Amino acid sequence: MRKRTIPRWRAEATPLLGLCGASLAMALLMTVAMLGLIFSQGLGLFWQKRLVRLQLRDGSRWLGEVWSRETVPDPTTGRPVRRIALHHGNRDLWGTAFRWIDEADVVGWEYPPDAVRIERLAWGPAFGQPRRVWVGDKPFVDPVDVRDPVWQELFASVRQDRRVLQDVEDQIDEVNDRLERLRRQELRLRYRSASDPSAQAALQAEKARWERVYGVLALRRTTLIERLQQYVLEVTAADGTALRIPLAQITAVIPANRMGLGERIRLYARRYWELITENPREANTEGGVFPAIFGTVSMVLIMSLAVVPVGVMTALYLREYARQNWLTRVVRIAVNNLAAVPSIVYGVFGMGFFIYTVGTAIDRTFYPWMAPTPVFGTGGLLWASLTLALLTVPVVIVATEEALLAIEPEIRHGARALGATQWQTVRHVILPAAAPGVLTGLILAIARATGEVAPLMLTGVVKLAPDLPIDDRFPFIHLERKFMHLGFHIYDVGFQSPNVDAAQPMVYNTTLLLLVIVVALNLTAIHLRNRIRRLYHGGSM
Amino acid sequence: MTVRSARSSVTVPLGEVAPPAVEPTPMRVSEERYVLTPIPDPVFDIQHLSLYYGEKPALVDISFQIPRRQITAVIGPSGCGKSSFLRCLNRLNDLIDGSRIEGRVLLDGQDIYAPTMDVNDLRRRVTLVFQKPNPFPKSIYDNVAFGPRMMGIRQRAVLDEIVERSLRQAALWDEVKDRLHASALQLSGGQQQRLCIARALAVDPEVLLMDEPCSALDPIAAGKIEDLMVSLKENYTIVLVTHNMQQAARVSDYTAFFYMGHLIEYQRTTDLFTHPRVRQTEDYITGRFG
Repeated sequence: MRKRTIPRWRAEATPLLGLCGASLAMALLMTVAMLGLIFSQGLGLFWQKRLVRLQLRDGSRWLGEVWSRETVPDPTTGRPVRRIALHHGNRDLWGTAFRWIDEADVVGWEYPPDAVRIERLAWGPAFGQPRRVWVGDKPFVDPVDVRDPVWQELFASVRQDRRVLQDVEDQIDEVNDRLERLRRQELRLRYRSASDPSAQAALQAEKARWERVYGVLALRRTTLIERLQQYVLEVTAADGTALRIPLAQITAVIPANRMGLGERIRLYARRYWELITENPREANTEGGVFPAIFGTVSMVLIMSLAVVPVGVMTALYLREYARQNWLTRVVRIAVNNLAAVPSIVYGVFGMGFFIYTVGTAIDRTFYPWMAPTPVFGTGGLLWASLTLALLTVPVVIVATEEALLAIEPEIRHGARALGATQWQTVRHVILPAAAPGVLTGLILAIARATGEVAPLMLTGVVKLAPDLPIDDRFPFIHLERKFMHLGFHIYDVGFQSPNVDAAQPMVYNTTLLLLVIVVALNLTAIHLRNRIRRLYHGGSM
Repeated sequence: MTVRSARSSVTVPLGEVAPPAVEPTPMRVSEERYVLTPIPDPVFDIQHLSLYYGEKPALVDISFQIPRRQITAVIGPSGCGKSSFLRCLNRLNDLIDGSRIEGRVLLDGQDIYAPTMDVNDLRRRVTLVFQKPNPFPKSIYDNVAFGPRMMGIRQRAVLDEIVERSLRQAALWDEVKDRLHASALQLSGGQQQRLCIARALAVDPEVLLMDEPCSALDPIAAGKIEDLMVSLKENYTIVLVTHNMQQAARVSDYTAFFYMGHLIEYQRTTDLFTHPRVRQTEDYITGRFG
């Protein structure tokens, strides 16, 4: 045997192996750290902390939740100082909801058992000690205890009234929608210059009828609101100010310092449920993100419907039909490099092509009576989805081409040798065999598209769009509507919000939800891919 | 898309054909030829067939007749053009960019290269079984039903009947009848090859072209395929390309010896292997080269 001439460590590339392991470890570590940050910052938001009352050296008192603690150098002495970020709420009283307090200034630290956190529809949470309930100018329940059945009964009945009010408002919404339709019909009639007086008159009568319905509902709403406004909860804030909050505004009163673990867990679950099922409030910093979840998912689904056929057909033509020469090579290189175009450029293209060219043409052809109000000539779900489809189509093309390339020529020729035409071969042999590869491409495309924000800002995403693109009103799918998106929500809440401190945990939570959605969509696609594999390749693959 | 694989079967350097140092057999093609003719009731009548891939000739002036319901073996060293020849008989070479033929191939007196010929119909009449088993990634049933379905047969009962008949003909029915809807890729290599034969039989062909159907199989599986060929010859014409001279001698009725794109000798198998008329054939079958 010949003697080894190079050292063993070089032959086996031991240092390189070490580097490979280190790279993998680093990638893992980064992922874990990122997820850890998102989880720890996001999941903590809804956990009800105890309410603390701080007595400061200057005599002032603050009640609230300890948000975070940190150590910073003192600006004058440079010595490290520990300080607390206190969420003291009551923004309507003090203008802010957060305050940094030096721990050195704190002389008293207590957890008053009767302190409550009050969730309300406006101004963010309030903190204080409940005193009494007023009806008009008379004390009605005095003193009030939120664990008392009297309070609970009262609050339940107010909540019920509020549900009735919500129903009335929904009805008003529906009437508004009907009136809007009638207005469009009227515009259409007028545009067609159909001087058909009977149609006009019928329309006017219909309109007048619905306006009367509106009047009735509006009166009902006013009455309900007035009744609801009578009940007022008086709360003593930390500095002794009496804070009067209409019961109608209150969504929950939480006796944070008297709750057991079970209650806290239930509260936590309820808050999370609200996050994913409710509409946003307070410039998106409170309430839920349901419209954003809905918008994100429906956008990705519409994008998938557009990107798969286009990508697959392109790849099929490129691989199966086109003669392989310099032209196909150029096309292939061009497609691969499309992935490097900044996404905002796709946004600009989507705006210029889809909205201003296609959308305007649609408006001119099908909705001329709406002018100058655009229908499709403005950003909307359809255009945003198509823009993202353009952005992700190279991924699908490349994945499909790889899948086609992996199919042995014997399979193709085998089908042709049985008298199948090229199309039959493609349709019945090649495509089924390539389907798992196509779905891999779709998975990559979904991952890419769900995280994109920039192109959406130009093509139809908005800060607030409570009208979902799919609802129970004809024609049920409203592709022209603007929509909300979790990615944009992160940007909007995190960087455009007036109340950054309150928004920060919301950002983490939204990020978490976005990740969950990406994972859920991908798992669905992976499940589908495995089923197809089993179908065509048997259990062996 | 298939240029690579197809071309590799042709562009094997011709210098490698003759092994060095056995005997100084000339590498050139023998001037001597012997082609038995006429053949009674021929299916194929090949007249002056030449095949080119680009500028390279793969087959040169081939003329002979293939008898009906007999097994005709095509033998010769690697790169002699036997597979290319087989693919001329159902025009599968058409799929290769830059291939071109001269001469005529008559199937039952009809020129298969005539413009009026329906190529897909031809490929159903003359169907090919490949060297490597190539079942589609589908169920056993769907593999066999593929050809009939592409012809437009949709009725379940008809398909069931075709699938069963084809699998029985290919001697595979008893092994797979309980798992017709399992993936074809789960079968063993020999079973896969018989499945491919069943799949070819399902389109009710006249001629079965077999391109080294046993070379990827173990001896037991190969033996089964050989038995199968002999039983199929009752109803079908078989053209068998093989590397294996024993196999050709065992199963075929006629044998053609190809060398460097030329047809050197064509005879009844017994005669070719016992009394070869051409020196080059003798050298090849006695193992002096090739």
